[in-house]
Amino acid sequence: MLIAVIVALAVGTYTIRLSGVLLRDRLKLSPALQRTLPMAAAALLAALAGTSALMADVTFAGTARPAGVLVGVLLAWRRAPFIVVVLAAATVTALLRLAGIP
Amino acid sequence: MAALAAAMIAVGASFGAISFAYALPWWFAPAMSVFVFAGGAQFLAAGLLAAGNPLAAVAAGLLLNARHLPFGLAVAETVGPRLRNRLIGSHLMTDEAVAFTLAEETAEARRRVYWLVGITLFLSWNLGTILGTLLGGAIGDTGTLGLDAAFPAALFALILPSLKDRDTRRVALSGMAIAVLLTPVLPAGLPVLCALLGLLTLLRPVTLLGLLGLPRPFTLLRRPARPSSPPCVPAPRKPPVRPDESGMAAMNDATDREARC
Repeated sequence: MLIAVIVALAVGTYTIRLSGVLLRDRLKLSPALQRTLPMAAAALLAALAGTSALMADVTFAGTARPAGVLVGVLLAWRRAPFIVVVLAAATVTALLRLAGIP
Repeated sequence: MAALAAAMIAVGASFGAISFAYALPWWFAPAMSVFVFAGGAQFLAAGLLAAGNPLAAVAAGLLLNARHLPFGLAVAETVGPRLRNRLIGSHLMTDEAVAFTLAEETAEARRRVYWLVGITLFLSWNLGTILGTLLGGAIGDTGTLGLDAAFPAALFALILPSLKDRDTRRVALSGMAIAVLLTPVLPAGLPVLCALLGLLTLLRPVTLLGLLGLPRPFTLLRRPARPSSPPCVPAPRKPPVRPDESGMAAMNDATDREARC
């Protein structure tokens, strides 16, 4: 089942990438549609980030994880290097849990 | 370039570690990184797989990668006319490679940058994934190390630059709110897909026409003033501008545009 998912994603993604390159001369996307695709991607990524930051299964994830993610977001907003963002988020969450905050 | 590679190793490592944290088999993360090679879609698919929703994993991943179609159109000339280059170059296509490429002025620089960034990212991404898989395997309880916060933080850092655009920000944030609110009531995987409803915030008759490929009276990018803005006040009459006062003319132009609404 996992293999099927990987194959479907790999073939599908490669087809999308290649068709853009090959169809350059034949395909004409409307500017509005061209602009909407990255927005849909941003919405999906933001939704994934938001749900995985705030929710554990169907309930709220407690304090430690959202707090760690918030620190990461603030650092990213202040243009901190990517690795600092990721490490800070994990460290804050780990420290809060160490202090007994779920 | 080195910083980019280091960042890719870090994200790749977090992908490997997260796949491990989701209890996916050890070969899953490296296989995804080699054959799919698309960061956002890989994270999304891993999350949805862990939630037990393989169909949503494929659908959402491909939806996410649909942006590579316009990317391909944009870099087609850079990749070049040779079939071999097109076959390999297409697989190396990433947000970063496209962004770096389009920032270059000359065709030659674009070609060099595209292949340089593409190959560097492919290698560092896969190296990171392998490291993360190994490290993730060495880590006992990932919760203790706060690894569950690393993934959302990484995603936020990746999408933050695109949120500078006002429309994108509105779509993404409303989509995120929809997904979070629907998580308690919908089966796993669906809330994230429902984030696409955030696109509805764009909908105006003008936009609809554009999506249908019909000619539009206005452009979508420069939208007219918001309907909530106060009624227009006619601009105070400026004295006629002589052609030699170009700076003044520009200023007057700007004031006129503001007052016109």
